[in-house]
Amino acid sequence: MKRNRSRQSHQIVAMALSPVGRGAPSTCYNPAPLLSCSAMRPTTKTILHVHELTKVFNGVTAVDHLNFSIDRGEIVGILGANGAGKTTTLQMILGLIRPTSGRIEIFGQEIEQHRIEILRRMNFSSVGVNLPANLLVSQNLWVFAKLYGVKQARRRIDELLALLEIAHLRDVRTGRLSSGELSRVNLCKALLNRPELLLLDEPTASLDPDMADKVRKILRHVQQEDGVAMLYTSHNMRDIEEICDRVLFMHNGRLIAEGTPQQIVERFHTRSLEEVFIRVARSGEVVVGGGEA
Amino acid sequence: MNLQRIGVLVLRYVFIYRRSFIRLIEILFWPTMALLVWGFVASFIQRAGEGDLPRFISFLIGAMIFWDILFRAQQGISLSFLEDVWARNLLNIFCAPVRLSEYVLATFLFGLMRVGLTLAFLTILAWVLYHFNLFSLGFALIPFIANLLALGCTVGIVTIAIVLRYGHGAEPFAWALPFLLQPFSAVFYPVSVLPEAMQVVSWALPSTYVFEGMREVIRSGAIPWENLGWAVGLNLIYLVVAVWLLMHTFAVARNRGLLGKWGMQ
Repeated sequence: MKRNRSRQSHQIVAMALSPVGRGAPSTCYNPAPLLSCSAMRPTTKTILHVHELTKVFNGVTAVDHLNFSIDRGEIVGILGANGAGKTTTLQMILGLIRPTSGRIEIFGQEIEQHRIEILRRMNFSSVGVNLPANLLVSQNLWVFAKLYGVKQARRRIDELLALLEIAHLRDVRTGRLSSGELSRVNLCKALLNRPELLLLDEPTASLDPDMADKVRKILRHVQQEDGVAMLYTSHNMRDIEEICDRVLFMHNGRLIAEGTPQQIVERFHTRSLEEVFIRVARSGEVVVGGGEA
Repeated sequence: MNLQRIGVLVLRYVFIYRRSFIRLIEILFWPTMALLVWGFVASFIQRAGEGDLPRFISFLIGAMIFWDILFRAQQGISLSFLEDVWARNLLNIFCAPVRLSEYVLATFLFGLMRVGLTLAFLTILAWVLYHFNLFSLGFALIPFIANLLALGCTVGIVTIAIVLRYGHGAEPFAWALPFLLQPFSAVFYPVSVLPEAMQVVSWALPSTYVFEGMREVIRSGAIPWENLGWAVGLNLIYLVVAVWLLMHTFAVARNRGLLGKWGMQ
């Protein structure tokens, strides 16, 4: 969440990085190759289109005129320091927060008017959300399979448990799982309905490097097999670099850079996305270090 | 509304309770303790009065059982909601294709199941221990119970609205709110013993008409239709207001970003 006092440094950063979105004219303002013009207008491939999305909480702007799109089968990462507006953006897309202004279209429909139809075709997983502890893993998954209207629910559950290498946990109480196992069960839940759009909030946060790597490969596999589009937040830069086709960098509620991980690294003249992240978080350093960006 | 989704949500609560011995015991433990205490207190008072209060046990035990119906109906809704809060599962539900109305209806239906279990147990226990036959109330039993369930549902919905709006700190309301109504509802005594100012509040509650009506049935055997009419009318008004309050609170929670606080940070 952004305080207005930070607006000055924010504006400097935004100028330096050529903003995408705010006050964007009808023709796309795209001074740099990494600032995608496709974000401005939905195409037939577009699955999620966010237009001039703004959220203000008690005079504090959390998300500021955000514009971006995600195409079918694309994995897009949202990066930004704490308070950059990532989670608020995800929650608005899920319909948990009503935007102050702007529009969110998912599958060509507005979430405010068609919430149930849209939610049936998407899913989400968040590191902060759990399943009832005293139910078996299979019971929890069965309940959500039914809520999402999944046909042949038991078969689908077995398929996913095998895919995520947790078939042996099928009849274990959810409360007895380690955090890594729980993350994978949550991911199972998120894949139950073969979502066309998957929102992932720190999906590898509790996983060891080996399992995190497996999960990334599974997500890639799911993307390639089913053409699932994903919006992915993580503080793990390796996650983002490995899995995301495109990255949206947010700072103080605004989208300040967009491109492939490689493009962004090159743009900021850094060696890694992590360095970019640190420099964007410390906005002044971006201006000094990457002033020509 | 989608019946399959409602059914699945109800079944989920059944799974949760079936797998938890403590929760199952809780459904029966407190009502049983209350019945024992009130039943023996009534027996003692009746004995001390040397037969001057022949219906005292019936009044108190009937009142205790009826109060428990209201309380359990409210708890059915509010505790089912809190189960999801405590499990950090609320966002999974709100982000699934589930309407708020379907969710609330499922919690109410599960509450009905809890009430049914408790009521059956208490009815048997009251007969065995005190020879109190709940069915002696006859046909009036049905509208009495229906009105108490409706008020329990209303208070349960208000509880959800309060917790949604004020967060974890407001959870004690799940237990406190019904007891706010108890002194005004004339559960264990007639309205006439209350101070006049309290009587005004008392007659504004549907539960008061049920408890007064119950005593009338035990005393004279006549069904007080006027009381029942008031109870139904007031229940309808309060239920509509409670549903509006919940929808309004949900909208406020969405505007202020309060829903996300139940899981995503």
